[in-house]
Amino acid sequence: MNFPKDLQYTRTHEWIRYEGESAYIGITDYAQDQLGDLVFVNLPEVGDEVMAGEPFGDVESVKAVSDINAPVTGVVEEANEALADTPEAMNEDPYEAWLIKVGEISATVDLMDAEAYEAFVAEEG
Amino acid sequence: MKLVFERSRAGRGTAYFPPLDVPAWTPETPLREQPPRLAELPETEVDRHYTELAKQTYGVNDGFYPLGSCTMKYNPKINEDMAALPGFTGLHPLQPEHTVQGALKVLADTEKYLCEITGMDAMTLQPAAGAHGEFTGLLLIKAYHKSRGDEMRTKIIVPDSAHGTNPASASMAGFEVISIDSDERGFVNLEELKKAVGPDTAGLMLTNPNTVGLFDPQILEITRIVHEAGGLCYYDGANLNAVMGIARPGDMGFDVVHLNLHKTFSTPHGGGGPGSGPSGCKAFLAQFLPGVRAVDGTLTRAEHSIGDVRSFYGNFLVVVKALTYILSIGASGVPKTAANAVLNANYMKEKLKDLYPMAFDHVCMHEFVMSLEQMKKDTGVTAMDIAKALLDGGIHPPTMYFPLIVHEALMVEPTETETKETLDEVIDLFRKVYEEAIAHPETMAEKPEHTPIRRPDEVQAARNPIIRYAFED
Repeated sequence: MNFPKDLQYTRTHEWIRYEGESAYIGITDYAQDQLGDLVFVNLPEVGDEVMAGEPFGDVESVKAVSDINAPVTGVVEEANEALADTPEAMNEDPYEAWLIKVGEISATVDLMDAEAYEAFVAEEG
Repeated sequence: MKLVFERSRAGRGTAYFPPLDVPAWTPETPLREQPPRLAELPETEVDRHYTELAKQTYGVNDGFYPLGSCTMKYNPKINEDMAALPGFTGLHPLQPEHTVQGALKVLADTEKYLCEITGMDAMTLQPAAGAHGEFTGLLLIKAYHKSRGDEMRTKIIVPDSAHGTNPASASMAGFEVISIDSDERGFVNLEELKKAVGPDTAGLMLTNPNTVGLFDPQILEITRIVHEAGGLCYYDGANLNAVMGIARPGDMGFDVVHLNLHKTFSTPHGGGGPGSGPSGCKAFLAQFLPGVRAVDGTLTRAEHSIGDVRSFYGNFLVVVKALTYILSIGASGVPKTAANAVLNANYMKEKLKDLYPMAFDHVCMHEFVMSLEQMKKDTGVTAMDIAKALLDGGIHPPTMYFPLIVHEALMVEPTETETKETLDEVIDLFRKVYEEAIAHPETMAEKPEHTPIRRPDEVQAARNPIIRYAFED
């Protein structure tokens, strides 16, 4: 299981990577492993507002549909539309396959660093 | 096997049409531009096609079918006999009432018995399936709040262990869904519920026994909390088989229910359907019921009916089958059925729990949930692999990966119609598969080995479904 050091993590298994005033958001390696092969993804549209701790989209695997929660409150600047055609990218490289890029960030849920998240996963799993 | 279109040859067929004895008439401009592309086969070929399909599938008539939360009980043949009576099959839905008094009595009696079993006062038989019944019940709740001018009530509370159809139906009915966590015993977390209710609560949706097969002993407290906040309580009848004739949703404080005749009341389920999902309610909601109900030999529409949720009387012949079932087993058979369903589930659970870790090791109701999380961690073998291996033993596997709150879940519902001998054979099979998974985990990804189709590519099927025949020209 991979836990890159340059990311921060949520208790609901999303990662966030800040770039200047904006941030990229995706699902973690642990999340994709638990979900299994992903077949669909629903993303918000550019300009939509996302709320820290609230679902902004969902991913569907052959097992189930799961909400994806926003680590931050902000406005969607980009949505990774390519994932609609290649949802397997989230399985293959979950830290490259970002879902949305968020700007105008105003609030944040409690985030963990890689070490804390790894310990959290070990405890939960 | 060959598809029916691959067996087809132009000009072949079997025609049993009688000679035309009325003037021929063809519309000048047909509604469709091209004739439908139907397969052309002689009767022998048609017969062989369907027989070949039947050999590749698996139903309750083939063997054990413990699909959890689905109540795949045996469908007695007498149900089919009654539904095939020409007095029922030859009816037209618009016949004058005085010519269909028998059918109206079927509707009225079924409603009466189902109300007695659920503790409701009135019921519509119109909904054609479980989720359709949920949607109908939620529209009743909506109509109720609206009729009192209380349009602030926009939220439906659903526990995280609920059937996926509950939040989906609530969304379809225009409500916002509030999900609340279960406690460590798998029951509704009362503190969470108290925090979730308020002046915006339209209602709560719950199944009891819940989706992990446990009867929530706090049920009276739960319905009281929701009622005190001004909401209504909705009972999902998916798990009624465990308690029918013993405990009634109406007595637990529920205001609205739906039933699945194709689960609890022994009508065919799945491909053999169609389904039927009656929605029942307490007297104060009866004014909003959809469709028409048979009352004293007359079809009557409720005063403030929400309208129709389906044409006419729902799947009428399915209702005939369910009524046949209720009358066959009788008042004493209803609770006995529930008791046997619970006994069978507990018997299997006790005989398996030393190998298969139970998600919640209480006395269960009609079903139980095992978690293969530890097995996956230790050996890499998943719940899916175990389910696939069970196919080689000639049974249908349990429900997989549900409820979502249990990781690597397998959910087993044996139903009451299985004998002890069958249960013993199946217990042996489960144990053998478990032992094989521990001894040779590397072989499990190859299961099943002896079925007509081995592992379909589910990922490919979901990403790139091929859902119709591609003609060459």
